[in-house]
Amino acid sequence: MISDMKAEDIMGEYKETTLNLYHSISRKVLYTEIETPYPDGKLIVSTTTPEGVITHVNQSFIEMSGYTEEELIGAPHSILRHPDMPPAAFKDLWDTVKRGEKWQGFVKNLRKDGGYYWVKATVIPNVRHGRVVGYTSVRRKPSRTKVEECIKLYPTLF
Amino acid sequence: MTFMFTVSPDFTPDHLSGWYIFNTWLQKQTGEGIHLEMYNDFQNQRQAIEDDKVDLIYANPFDAAMLVREKGFQPLVKAEGVADEAIIAVNADNAVEDVAHLSPGVKVAYTEDPDVQMMGMIMLEPGDLDGNNIKPQLCDSYVLVAKHLLRGDADVGIFLAEAYDDLSSVIKKQLRVLVRSQISVIHHALMIGPKLQHRRADIEAALLAMGQDEKTRGVLNSLGFSAWNKVDDEEMEFMIDLMDTLVI
Repeated sequence: MISDMKAEDIMGEYKETTLNLYHSISRKVLYTEIETPYPDGKLIVSTTTPEGVITHVNQSFIEMSGYTEEELIGAPHSILRHPDMPPAAFKDLWDTVKRGEKWQGFVKNLRKDGGYYWVKATVIPNVRHGRVVGYTSVRRKPSRTKVEECIKLYPTLF
Repeated sequence: MTFMFTVSPDFTPDHLSGWYIFNTWLQKQTGEGIHLEMYNDFQNQRQAIEDDKVDLIYANPFDAAMLVREKGFQPLVKAEGVADEAIIAVNADNAVEDVAHLSPGVKVAYTEDPDVQMMGMIMLEPGDLDGNNIKPQLCDSYVLVAKHLLRGDADVGIFLAEAYDDLSSVIKKQLRVLVRSQISVIHHALMIGPKLQHRRADIEAALLAMGQDEKTRGVLNSLGFSAWNKVDDEEMEFMIDLMDTLVI
């Protein structure tokens, strides 16, 4: 399940928009301009079902997303979708992993408190006995140069 | 029939005798002839794996994928409380405070240890550094990585965290850690090859029981930990998937 974001969870001044997510779900998101820096030396890890429903998150995922583990397990991965991310990036992600290939890209993720964090994300299909049973996503600290490039590029992709 | 057991060449030298003691225990426990072959380098060990000479291996996470997917190995156990982590360190006099302040052309000292090398290079990425724009300084040991930093022959060193922590305090005082990884889920594992797989269940049971008995716990202490924990197939697959995402 994915619910609309609530004003009481947001830290600081925010804007509001509605995102149209995969499977025709729409979600009201509230977002601020507050960035949480990626923690040095850590990896943010999650796994999902083939449909993108979260089945596992590590502690770094919980800390950076601002949600509890209970809120995350069973939620669609698009709970992290930030309105500044062009839908084309996620189409490319899904097209790539559905071909059984590894996808890599720079992603701006939305926190529960309306803030954001940038990651270098890699997604791979989990193949067991020849069948895709889910996807593993691992995020690491991005280079600031690459983030600055994405900040310029992404608005042009809408 | 004699089986062959080997240990990833990145083992701490202090534990060399411990592996021979462990192998003696293993032979007694299984009633099988098991020869322990310690390789000094990854290349020779990989050749032995390629030639199907290895039946049991304490494998580093980088090799685990190849062992499972290409050679039909299965996981048995991992050392309790031991994860592979890496450290990026510089000479204490170096003005650099953050990896992001490093520049292309920087001299990076590291060993052949493949997973540590990989984790280290990932931690250098925020500085826009990669295999194409660093000057690598390959060293035979972590002590030599430290020496390169102390002499100024290298600007940055990549260490296995355990090896860095084991350096003398005199050396560590002259170095400074820029980043220490906190990945937690990358670890070595004891793995069993196809010729021994009919013994997997009983060998695993014996290994898991080691931590409960004072005498056998002594054998494990000589390896630097106090118990084995089970690694099931899915945990190993998860780690392999994770390693796949990290390979640049």
